Amino acid sequence: MVSFNKAARTLAGIAAAALIVPLAACGGNGGTAAPADIPAEGTDDGTEITLWTRSPLERQAQAVVDAYNASHENQVKLEIIPNDDMEGRVGGASQTDSLPDILAGDVVRIPYWASEGIFADITEQIDGLDNLDDLQQGHIEAGTVDGAKYTLPFITDVSVWVWNKDLYEQAGLDPEQGPTDIESFTEQAKAVAALGQDGVAGSYLAGQSGGALAFDLFPSAWADGEAVMNEDGTEAMLDNDSMKAVLDSYRELANTDNGLGAGSKEETGATWTAPFANGVIGVMPYPNTSLNDIFDAEASGGFEVGVTPIAGTSGGTSTFLGGDAMGISKDSEHVAQAWNFLHWLMQSDTQAEVFAANGYTASNIETLQTAYEDADPRIQTINSTIIDGNGQTPKSAAFNEAFNAAGSPWQLLIQNYVWGSGDSLEADNQAVTDILAQ
Amino acid sequence: MTSVSKHPAKTRSRERADATRRGLLYALPDWVMIVALFFVPIVLLIVMACSRWSLMGGNRGWNFPDNFIEVFNHPLLGQSIVFTLEYTVIVTIFLLVLGLGLALMVQESSRWNNVLRTCFLLPSATGLASASLLFYALYSPQVGPVTKILSFFGLMDEGGSVLATGQSALWATIIVIVWRFSGYYMLLMMIGLQSIPGDLYEAARMDGAGTWRIFRSITLPLMKPTIVMCLVYCVTGSILAFDQFFILTKGGPNNATMTVVQLIYNFAFDSKKDLGMAAALSLVVLVALMIINSIQMRGMRDNTK
Repeated sequence: MVSFNKAARTLAGIAAAALIVPLAACGGNGGTAAPADIPAEGTDDGTEITLWTRSPLERQAQAVVDAYNASHENQVKLEIIPNDDMEGRVGGASQTDSLPDILAGDVVRIPYWASEGIFADITEQIDGLDNLDDLQQGHIEAGTVDGAKYTLPFITDVSVWVWNKDLYEQAGLDPEQGPTDIESFTEQAKAVAALGQDGVAGSYLAGQSGGALAFDLFPSAWADGEAVMNEDGTEAMLDNDSMKAVLDSYRELANTDNGLGAGSKEETGATWTAPFANGVIGVMPYPNTSLNDIFDAEASGGFEVGVTPIAGTSGGTSTFLGGDAMGISKDSEHVAQAWNFLHWLMQSDTQAEVFAANGYTASNIETLQTAYEDADPRIQTINSTIIDGNGQTPKSAAFNEAFNAAGSPWQLLIQNYVWGSGDSLEADNQAVTDILAQ
Repeated sequence: MTSVSKHPAKTRSRERADATRRGLLYALPDWVMIVALFFVPIVLLIVMACSRWSLMGGNRGWNFPDNFIEVFNHPLLGQSIVFTLEYTVIVTIFLLVLGLGLALMVQESSRWNNVLRTCFLLPSATGLASASLLFYALYSPQVGPVTKILSFFGLMDEGGSVLATGQSALWATIIVIVWRFSGYYMLLMMIGLQSIPGDLYEAARMDGAGTWRIFRSITLPLMKPTIVMCLVYCVTGSILAFDQFFILTKGGPNNATMTVVQLIYNFAFDSKKDLGMAAALSLVVLVALMIINSIQMRGMRDNTK
């Protein structure tokens, strides 16, 4: 009898223990460290600085860190966190006061992090930058809470339409002419679908990755001048005509044989860029940071890829100004050294050296305008989406819960519209609002 | 623990006191474990459940009963409870019936039975997470054979995944659990079977009872304590199901396989990033489990009178 009671008790305790054990040593505090006197350019005295960023941006982050370490006494130790684990890791580290010196995170998660006091206030330092106006503002605004600035752009990741020129040629399309609006996007995808080749599909959608869905679909609405949320980020406006047109396009493709690649409906985002990279998708919205690998593959005999800005129904264009913004964490004991890294990366010389020279997209507008004259015209196309100022970064403290989290109401909205009955858009939009408004 | 009697002789009382102290000392390691691993976490859990405690921001003071209200108002709670119970009932039936059936099959010790026993028990040697990962690979439309086999027989679309719909994901997970645990329950049932005296069977056979009659009138009643024990283990384990779903489905597709413990994880680390809400739901689950277990224990006690 006794042993059973104990067993049951122990088992029952597992749920509780699992949650508690990692926190046993915690003493939560929400205050942010006020940076002491920091030289304008920070301190370079051979300190080791830790930096976290997420896995999709590994290639670019590694290039930045290598360039810094080669030219400075400070050494940055880069740690790559899987995209899905980022939130949990940051939360755990925050509770145990063990955040890295510099924390870079998905720009849509930054407003929440900043409002929870994850970062140190570096308003004075940011305002002291000579070229502040040249920097990509979306990443700075994301980390601005009540006038206090916490973040600067680390790596810019924008969405563009890409198409597979080899498949276009086989489908009888002009391989040099990508889509110019939603209608031509749908037509071209259907033409590739009609090839009927094994495994080849017109387009692809990460059906269960709210983050990728926002990244892919929001720009079309913005291109038409529509909004996806109100200005405060407390109300969803996803039932506008442009968004409907986009969703109708994908619904049509989902109902077409080979319209959307196998696994689209179940894709959780871990491998959403792989099918296009494998050359089996005709046309889709794509992150520019993943294009560098495809350009490399193309140079060594892979398929040719075309790049054009994402358009809406009327031919206007826009992009999702995504990627990682970075700030100095509340737990950093090397604030001056960390600021040295941030300050260095913001300089246009640095941006030209680590981003432009490698074919990556800079987050300094001046660099984008001047340092890419010899670059691949497709990279210039990508840069133009940032320079033209049409791009946006959605900002809401509840963005993660409403859009990014697994099973989020935004994910359900897409699932219902594209693969489901298609008649619950208004109710699903309201469900997103319910989360945003809380 | 023994208590000191009221009017002892002096020397005796000292002896008793010594014995008590010794007894307490012997029990001490056990108590340290219980306090450190059970009471302290429970107290922390209760504090957390009654506080505004976010993942990033830490403890920001009392807010009872806000966390509980938010938990009970959450749209996924009802759905996850229903799903967890559905999963628990199916898994428990499969595991208990299979466990008993396998145990009856390999009860007699012979060379073939020994081989069979080992085969049945072998999956229990893998961790649940490893087993889930193994099946994740088997179910994957890219690398696994399951999709190819099923689509060859026309049972599913080419390139589809068995984890794509709620129902098929549920059954795919049940297969993992049955594969992983049926050997373990077979072992527990076998121990129960071997404790039934052989002469009872002999007597029944001499009275002319058939196989079915023997099973119903001797095996089943005498197996009741074992079966109830397995039931407690199985129900508790299934209600706390997490690893398999976390690895195979992450609660998807579209929250269709969200168990209660997954929801706790979701509250804490994904959608809400609110440890207070997660702790509140943990507490609710803990209380529910205590009630369910005490009912099951009562079933066992009646039998052992």
